[in-house]
Amino acid sequence: MELSFYLVQLLNAVQYGFLLFLVASGLTLLFGIMGIINLAHGSFYMLGSYLAYWLTGVTGNLWLGILLGLPITLMVGYLVERFAISFLYKRDHLYQVLLTFALILIFNELQQILWGSDVHSVAIPSLLAGSFQLTENQSYPVYRLFISAACIAIACGMYWVIQKTRLGMTIRAGASNREMVQALGINVNRLFAFVFSLGVALAGFAGMLAAPVDSVYPGMGENVLIISFVVVVIGGTGSIKGAFVGAMLIGLVSTFGKVLVPEMASVMVYALMAVILLWRPQGLFGRAA
Amino acid sequence: MSDKNWQGITRRDFVIKGTVATAGLAAASVLVPAQFAIGAQAKVKVGILLPYTGTYAKLGTNIRDAMMLRFAEDGNMLGGRPIEFVDIDSEAKPAKAQQLTNKLIKKENVDFLVGPVHSVVGMAMVKTARGDGPITVIPNAGANQLTGVLCAPNIFRTSFSSYQMGYPGGPAMVEDGHKRVVLMYWNYGFGKQVAAAFKESFLPAGGTIVKEIPTPFPKVDFQAYLTELAALKPDAVYTFYAGGGAVKFVKDFAAAGLKDSIKLYGAGFLTEGLGAAQGDAAEGVRTILHYADTLDNPANQRFRKAFKKTTGTNADVYAVQGYDAGELILRGMNAVKGDTGARAEMIHAMETAEIDSPRGKLRFSKSHNPIHDVYLREVVKGENRVVRVAAKAQDDPAEGCSM
Repeated sequence: MELSFYLVQLLNAVQYGFLLFLVASGLTLLFGIMGIINLAHGSFYMLGSYLAYWLTGVTGNLWLGILLGLPITLMVGYLVERFAISFLYKRDHLYQVLLTFALILIFNELQQILWGSDVHSVAIPSLLAGSFQLTENQSYPVYRLFISAACIAIACGMYWVIQKTRLGMTIRAGASNREMVQALGINVNRLFAFVFSLGVALAGFAGMLAAPVDSVYPGMGENVLIISFVVVVIGGTGSIKGAFVGAMLIGLVSTFGKVLVPEMASVMVYALMAVILLWRPQGLFGRAA
Repeated sequence: MSDKNWQGITRRDFVIKGTVATAGLAAASVLVPAQFAIGAQAKVKVGILLPYTGTYAKLGTNIRDAMMLRFAEDGNMLGGRPIEFVDIDSEAKPAKAQQLTNKLIKKENVDFLVGPVHSVVGMAMVKTARGDGPITVIPNAGANQLTGVLCAPNIFRTSFSSYQMGYPGGPAMVEDGHKRVVLMYWNYGFGKQVAAAFKESFLPAGGTIVKEIPTPFPKVDFQAYLTELAALKPDAVYTFYAGGGAVKFVKDFAAAGLKDSIKLYGAGFLTEGLGAAQGDAAEGVRTILHYADTLDNPANQRFRKAFKKTTGTNADVYAVQGYDAGELILRGMNAVKGDTGARAEMIHAMETAEIDSPRGKLRFSKSHNPIHDVYLREVVKGENRVVRVAAKAQDDPAEGCSM
């Protein structure tokens, strides 16, 4: 194989990494900062994809679909936090696992009732529908590059909000010492409800953006759930930077694993996780417990 | 029974009994023996184990709806007895298969068992039901073993074996002039069997496999493989993907600009029932299957119309297989006039049945697997149109079956 072949694969790897980060960013926000193990993360991703499918169908435009879909995911996140998650902050993680697992079942059922069991797809907006020639017989869709750009924007935005703004400061403070922050007069309940909604909206946004390159089908959420957890665990819980590096590593290892050692393709990612956890149990950028 | 009754049945882990009887409501007791009750007939219990959630949800729903349609056409009576359905969501989960099958057989005492979609679920189900279990009709699961080493007098299949799915593909591609071919498939039992059967006919026909690329099941990240495919520059690629994976593969393949230089072929699932989701990306893709929407026979036209009318969706091969499962059970029960005790006679009637299926003529082999024509199809304007018959009366070797 020539050099160009590996360069194209590198592009594939980075692009896949961006997509993974987009999916995992919401999870690391909830898991790392709020300490919630959210198994329903994949369901929110699925919800986003189905909303994109539905609203794009209604409005005829993906951008309008996303614009209308985002408030819906925020609202779903808020309701789930208020009526379910908020009762479990002081409980053991296992309760959260149980609750969010139940949410998976509920959301799958809702999807079935609302949208049926067909496989759907979403058209790429005409502005980004083109592609450019990579090698003599392979071309690359512009929309994939657009997704990468969106991921970079989100990564920067999250980093800025959490590290540089007052809001981010209170979120971090609330996560490490809830009572103290409350004593300082900050409404932690409202704060956590907001952050949870944001995490859900991020998952939904990822689902919406990915809908045109993925297909929209029942059970799609479970497919992204596990790999998202792998990203968060490799990167270290609570670290946006970690999630980014973790996603890139997985993109690289998984893509080149498929090409160089195809027989091992499906275990490469988990082998990587095992090695990293042996070396740094807290993940690449996690704080030691 | 209204459509609503059985279309809304999708609760997890709940058994919902669709009561069909119009007569016999008052006297219906399961304990009343079949033919001898005065005034009312005991119901025939049909247990259904199909996936209504997850990737295969659509397949399960179509199979059930089509089977119900066939029963409804005959007034919901089997050999003069009303039907009671026990409908369970298999979730296509192999781990649950045995337990759910046992529930239908031991607890519900069903007379017939219909299911499943997923081959691995099928293995567990057939292992539990074969021999003394209820008469079992498999409306989809294609693992060769189900009518091979696991064959039994009470096990029937109205769908296909993976051998029948893969074998006709080889000569069809050579005839189309594609001799350098890359083989890509989901790397699990069924995918491997399809690929093996494809090679069995493709290599002797003069074809060369440039490279075999098994991809992890059920992953749908194909980008790295598509780059490899582009670099290999074969004449064509033969694939096995289904459901969401098939939609993604066909779209990614088109988006990578490979359609101009590499011809895309596949086992029929690649495009079956997925026209709306794949859109233009599927145009020109050729697949091999025992059914096509445009098959020009009266049974097909009648069936497609009726299915559309009752369900509001277009029929596909899965619906056809469910419809034929219903037909096969009707043949058996009508032959013995509803006496489920006459087991040998009923099995004989079923195995010798010759059915005018929407797919064309359908017979059964000694191992109770279908013998049917297999078609080469091409997607034209979103429709799977027949190009030609790829294999006449395609049989299955039923390896390991001593029936």
